[in-house]
Amino acid sequence: MSTFPISIPRPVHPTGIWNWVTTIDHKRIGILYGVTAFLMFLSGGVEAILMRVQLAGPELDIVSAAVYNQLFTMHGTTMIFLAVMPLSAAFFNFVIPLQIGARDVAFPRLNAFSYWTFLAGALMLKLSWIGGATDAGWFGYAPLTSVAQNPGTGIDFWIISLQILGVASLAAAFNFIVTIINMRAPGMTMMRLPLFTWMSFITAILLVLAFPVITVALIELTFDRYFMFNFFNVANGGSVVLWQHLFWVFGHPEVYILILPAMGIVSEVIPVFSKKPLFGYKTVVLAGAIIAFMGWMVWSHHMFTVGLGAVANAVFTVTTMLIAVPTGIKVFNWLGTIWGGSIRFTTPMLYSLGFIAMFLIGGISGVMHAVSASDAQQQDTYFIPAHLHYVLFGGAIMAILSGIFYWFPKYSGKMFNERQGKISFWLLMIGQNVTFFPMHFVGLDGMPRRIYTYAGNMGWDFWNGVATGGVLILLIGFLLVMDNIGRHWKNGEPAPPDPWDGRTLEWSIPSPPPEYNFEEIPIVRGLDDWWATKQGDSYKEIPASGGSGENGHNIHLPQPSYWPFVSAAGLFIAAYGVVFNDLLIPWGLAAIGLTIGFVGVYAWSLEPVNDPEEDSTH
Amino acid sequence: MSQELSAEEHTGHPTAGQYFRIAVILCVITAVEVGVFYVEFLGHWMIPILFVLSASKFTLVAMYYMHLKFDHKLFTYLFVAGFILAALIISFLLLLFGVYS
Amino acid sequence: MAQEHAAPIHGEDEGTTTGLNHRKMLMWAFLGSDCMFFGSLIATYLVYQGKSLEGPLPIDVFDIPVTSISTFVLLMSSMSMVLAYSALTKNNMKGFRIWMISTAIMGSTFIGFQVYEFSSFATHHVEIDCVNPGELTKYEQHIFDDGCSSGEAHAESHEGLKPQTNLFGTTFYTLTGFHGAHVTLGVVWLLSLLLLSFKKGVITPEKNLDVDLAALYWHFVDVVWIVIFTVVYLFGVFPGF
Repeated sequence: MSTFPISIPRPVHPTGIWNWVTTIDHKRIGILYGVTAFLMFLSGGVEAILMRVQLAGPELDIVSAAVYNQLFTMHGTTMIFLAVMPLSAAFFNFVIPLQIGARDVAFPRLNAFSYWTFLAGALMLKLSWIGGATDAGWFGYAPLTSVAQNPGTGIDFWIISLQILGVASLAAAFNFIVTIINMRAPGMTMMRLPLFTWMSFITAILLVLAFPVITVALIELTFDRYFMFNFFNVANGGSVVLWQHLFWVFGHPEVYILILPAMGIVSEVIPVFSKKPLFGYKTVVLAGAIIAFMGWMVWSHHMFTVGLGAVANAVFTVTTMLIAVPTGIKVFNWLGTIWGGSIRFTTPMLYSLGFIAMFLIGGISGVMHAVSASDAQQQDTYFIPAHLHYVLFGGAIMAILSGIFYWFPKYSGKMFNERQGKISFWLLMIGQNVTFFPMHFVGLDGMPRRIYTYAGNMGWDFWNGVATGGVLILLIGFLLVMDNIGRHWKNGEPAPPDPWDGRTLEWSIPSPPPEYNFEEIPIVRGLDDWWATKQGDSYKEIPASGGSGENGHNIHLPQPSYWPFVSAAGLFIAAYGVVFNDLLIPWGLAAIGLTIGFVGVYAWSLEPVNDPEEDSTH
Repeated sequence: MSQELSAEEHTGHPTAGQYFRIAVILCVITAVEVGVFYVEFLGHWMIPILFVLSASKFTLVAMYYMHLKFDHKLFTYLFVAGFILAALIISFLLLLFGVYS
Repeated sequence: MAQEHAAPIHGEDEGTTTGLNHRKMLMWAFLGSDCMFFGSLIATYLVYQGKSLEGPLPIDVFDIPVTSISTFVLLMSSMSMVLAYSALTKNNMKGFRIWMISTAIMGSTFIGFQVYEFSSFATHHVEIDCVNPGELTKYEQHIFDDGCSSGEAHAESHEGLKPQTNLFGTTFYTLTGFHGAHVTLGVVWLLSLLLLSFKKGVITPEKNLDVDLAALYWHFVDVVWIVIFTVVYLFGVFPGF
């Protein structure tokens, strides 16, 4: 093609590793996201284990105080930005196009770019362990992050990698907003969208509105650290409380960014294994939208002890309690779905039920510290980690595990071992309660969070010992999960297209789906269309477009591309160039990286989606 | 929802002359803004007046130059969501910092 | 931006669920998101307004007539942008190119004004006649108090306004600097499109989406400036603040 500025041949049929580097297939990108994020989840788990070992008894000296600070900061940042968010993104990628009856996302190359940028940010953050990682807590309160307090590169790595992860999340969110609005199969109206897609749509909107705020906060911090600006410099009139506000204006919607996709997964799994349509579909959608809207009005409940004044605390107490209402509505919808259903207690169903129970406990402790007076007692004690692990581990991770098992036949084309799955569920269920429930006790007893050790006479030894013991159970549970997934992905029994008697479109196509997903774009006649089709409706599906009936021949798919990878690599180099800006030539490395990124984006924007000179058929 | 989202013809775009007239209005408003600014007896009324004037410029550009008036409503929603939320967050923060000091 | 479509789609926006173009929808979502970006910067500026401990304040450095001219230039560039798009859709390629280049020139002029403004703020110096000081701002009063205490004839300060000087400098340069960066990127974008338009069949009356998107971006940068001009410049010099 003549408009191509750089004469590198297009990767039309790449093989081996290039096959993955240049892929723009949403299913492969989903798998890349999932595997990478799971590895990151394990690395965050290792950090957690080290912390729990250090706290197993009083005055232990297994890690130093300095390393402990890095451990809890990296654990929090990893689990939120490198594990739960990208694990959700893995499902967005794999599931959404299948659920809405599309052949790919709206911007396949942008999708690849999102993944490679996420990987760049993730590597950058984790590699900061070499030479000292960030240690100011995952919300990086000023002035702990100032150069005076924290002169090393740890904070710089944290700032820059979060910016890169922000680029990845924003790109993905724009992509999914457009995909969900604009790539639905004929007849798939918004109120026929599967619940997971709906919740992902709301999440994507939250992402594009929330991430710019953290971007600005991080830019301000960067300028403070690199150029001595005054944003958070108290000596020159700056306010450290502004950082808290900006962080939590982003941070609270972020909480819903973490939990809404999980709620979406549960809303898919429960109807399938209860053999009933979701009770109150419209209510669940509406509740999700209300949560997303109200999520913007509660951020200062993270700051009750700052001294915002009685009026502000009262207002945020009320809004925080109100936001529990739509969440409660959803729980009743799930219970109403199970009620009277013919329930199959499969592994994914167990995880979803576990989600409801654990998330409920986390929700109730959340309402407890929604009361600002009560929160004054709980702020910065172990009660808070207890609460947030019930919603993020018991909530998000349980739902994600439910999704991992539920869609396993679809993405791997194999079946996992049901018995092993159930054992791993019970191990994780017991393990998390043994680990996290005692944190309520020591928290109410006054044990502060983020301390590397404690005195023996405080009465905290027993429950800390129990919590550390619980981690061992969790570890065994996760080893079983990994063994089950890993072994059966390779050698499992082949999965039928619709092993669970599913309700949504992804179960109407083979497992694993062909590259083009749908041989004929389905026409959707109602909610849970695939279920209705299986109930022997007399109508025959009429192909809407593209169908040639020759096993996917002549279906034009977008071709692989090098440029998303190149652009992300440029960003990665530029990011290192910002942290090490005095290497050889000042800002030289950053300039090189930006140039590579710029060339990548430029070549990408001039590259046609399909090269007409090549035979683009499968 | 997709029924409402069905394609809409992009008709009725303004002509070059209309674009020019809008530019004249924009300049007049800017001149008024700067003028108002030098009228001392307005006192604190100046703030709401300037606010309305700049909001009307914003609206004119968004509706005509950015074609929101003639395009699909969805584009307006996508943009206005971000705009209103930003305005709300700014107001909330100002209120909170007022309370705080 | 990428020219991408769903798999079986060949035209610009046929075959999408809503009939709307993917890229245009992405652009609007991006602009909504960018509202939050500038919103956060403006929030920071406003929260810190009047909290500076020392150094020049808006009333000391702002020159409203000069900024009014640069505002006028940016407004006119928006008009010229929309005329470029209009000319393109009417297959008037010559008009298109003339309006494109004038938009880019006006954008660059705006940047020029900003560079001038930044450098004059940074080198702002004050000289006060100790005997007959006249009406002084808070900052000038400060210099007067410092420099005229022991019978000198003149008091002066060459410190100027730098980002490090005070909260006003920090927030002002960051907010307007990011706006300037947006304008600069817009100029590069417009010039790239102008170059591409000389290549046959890349930009045509039918294939006008690339210009449409650049125009949306350009107008957005303009409306952000409308807000900044009022909130930062006009309110900034207003004695009530």
